[in-house]
Amino acid sequence: MTDATPLLELRGLGVQLPGDGGPRAVLHGIDLTLGAGEALGLVGESGSGKSMTMRAITGLLPPGAQLDGTVRFEGEDIAAMAPSTLRRYRDRGVGMVFQDPRAHINPTRRIGSFLTEALTLNRGLGRRAAQARAIATLSEVGIDEPERRLRQYPHELSGGMLQRVMIASVLLAEPRLLLADEPTTALDVTIQAEVVGILDQLRRDRGLGMVFVTHDLDLALAVCHRVAVMYAGRIVEVRSAERMHEENAHPYTRGLLGSRPAIDHRAERLTAIPGRPVSAFEAGPGCAFATRCAHVQPLCRERPPELAPFRGGLVRCHRVAEIHQETSDGTSSQEATA
Amino acid sequence: MARLILHRLGGLLVTLLLSSMVIFGSLYLAPGSPENVLFGNRAPSAATRAAVRHQLHLDQPLPVRYWDWLTGALHGDLGRSMVTGQPVAERVGAGLTTTLLLVAMATVLIALLGLGLGTLAALRPGPVDAGVSVATSVSVTVPPFVASTVLISVFAVRLGWFPASGTEPGFLGSLHSLVLPACALALIACGFLARVTRDALREQLVREHVQTAEARGLARWPLLRRHVFRNALPPVITAMGLLTAGLLAGTLVVESAFAVPGIGQLTIQSVAQKDFPVVQAVALLLVAAFVICNAATDLIQALIDPRLRAAGRNT
Ligand SMILES: Nc1ncnc2c1ncn2[C@@H]1O[C@H](COP(=O)(O)OP(=O)(O)OP(=O)(O)O)[C@@H](O)[C@H]1O
Ligand SMILES: [Mg+2]
Repeated sequence: MTDATPLLELRGLGVQLPGDGGPRAVLHGIDLTLGAGEALGLVGESGSGKSMTMRAITGLLPPGAQLDGTVRFEGEDIAAMAPSTLRRYRDRGVGMVFQDPRAHINPTRRIGSFLTEALTLNRGLGRRAAQARAIATLSEVGIDEPERRLRQYPHELSGGMLQRVMIASVLLAEPRLLLADEPTTALDVTIQAEVVGILDQLRRDRGLGMVFVTHDLDLALAVCHRVAVMYAGRIVEVRSAERMHEENAHPYTRGLLGSRPAIDHRAERLTAIPGRPVSAFEAGPGCAFATRCAHVQPLCRERPPELAPFRGGLVRCHRVAEIHQETSDGTSSQEATA
Repeated sequence: MARLILHRLGGLLVTLLLSSMVIFGSLYLAPGSPENVLFGNRAPSAATRAAVRHQLHLDQPLPVRYWDWLTGALHGDLGRSMVTGQPVAERVGAGLTTTLLLVAMATVLIALLGLGLGTLAALRPGPVDAGVSVATSVSVTVPPFVASTVLISVFAVRLGWFPASGTEPGFLGSLHSLVLPACALALIACGFLARVTRDALREQLVREHVQTAEARGLARWPLLRRHVFRNALPPVITAMGLLTAGLLAGTLVVESAFAVPGIGQLTIQSVAQKDFPVVQAVALLLVAAFVICNAATDLIQALIDPRLRAAGRNT
């Protein structure tokens, strides 16, 4: 591995799942790279394929799924890994914080077992040593009385605590890449910020790479270096978090930010994007967002746009330059809105 | 946990007491007076009849007779058979060993085959799963008396590997002669347990916590053992409890078919002969076995699931 090799590289990643009447695409041509220690936000509405991207990264696709393109971790194609190498990659390379800790932690085993099993089973660490490390890590994620927690069962802990336990379990494995799939959506609003704070702090302390999945673009901007916006199984915009507020360009991103283009006076205050999100397989031959876009033109429905550089980021939109022109002029457009 | 055990034990005793009343009462209400068994075809004089009824305490009111019987039973005295005059405890005891052995053998078969086939089907989707599914579908439709007939004609009559009826002397002899009855008894339960096991495992295999374990790179067997098998146990244990309790009822058919001198056969005989003290004892024994199976199931359930254990603490 040279310094130039990214920690994680997705090239033309596509996933098709078996559906009635043939395979259905849920991901399409995802290109992403992540450097060591970098935090990338993955943002999009429900069903846009964020979780599927995470599953593809860990190599845990549903049965019958067909994978296109490549996922490389430190330069190594995970589809080509031998089973033992793949297990090692899952053990030490990548750690996943799931959305719903209550469902994702075995309810019949003690917290201590959950925290130590990867260490004792995968790495042959002794029980006592593993427990000592678990206790130390529990303290790090802000759990009091860690010794007692090890003997408790998941149902005895609150959702927020369980999510900290999950974060601790991932940190214990000392991975180089952290995947967090909506780590706070299942939690009480009052503790969401706390859990995100802990995750962010520990990630920085340890210099881990992270892919942070969320519906909330503002949250992603707050904890990530870069943000990728997904729609219908595709990436529609990638941009640094710092520049996102000034330079956001894709109509969908603008919709998510609640900064609707000025040309659409009637809907200025509307933060939600009108219409229903489509799945990747429902998208027509053109731009997947065409059905909901206020700037749609015949071209948009005919030809799929490419992810192309635009003002320091990448945007998948035929009309991005025109739209930018119109909105930065601040003048009302003469064209009718769709 | 200790509380839960006490709780279950109390429930068990109450159930037994209530069912003993029901059994005693229903025999009292059954047509035909018990002493008729003794007289057979003869028509006794009123004085003789009264004397016999007095001797059998039949002239006492029901609660008194029940009380006498209950205190006797608690001291191990279940009365005497009206047909043979033997103590009931002795008659029942002789059959009990054989029946328990039969049920134990059937349970082992059910556990091995049912759990084994179910697990195989769950872990090997495709042809293996389909094959097991066909086999279990067929097995659950074969009633014990049909299974008994087929087994006897093939393995006893044609091949001569096992005796067709009765039991051979000695423990090994008993084991050998109970192989076919145990198979006939276990067949349906094997099929059911295999299905329950398969479905329970399939349900767990797609659970989120299993995904977590996979994402952590656990090897296949530790993963199955820690996160799939253990979590799939509750429905399997429940099914095993019910099936084992049901086996006792199944012995009625199978023991008659193979002429095995066990409780099942004794029950059928005593009912036919209206040997009331024996019927009472045997019926109570069957109830006890059912209740104990259920209680054991619940306790094992609580051992497996920490949430149930906590619930037991609060009640
Ligand atoms: N196991 C599965 N079988 C079939 N289709 C699936 C499966 N999992 C997901 N999908 C489909 O794949 C698409 C992407 O789903 P995914 O879970 O990645 O969305 P998401 O962006 O994570 O959404 P959410 O914000 O609701 O978590 C959806 O259309 C979904 O219906
Ligand atoms: Mg998701």
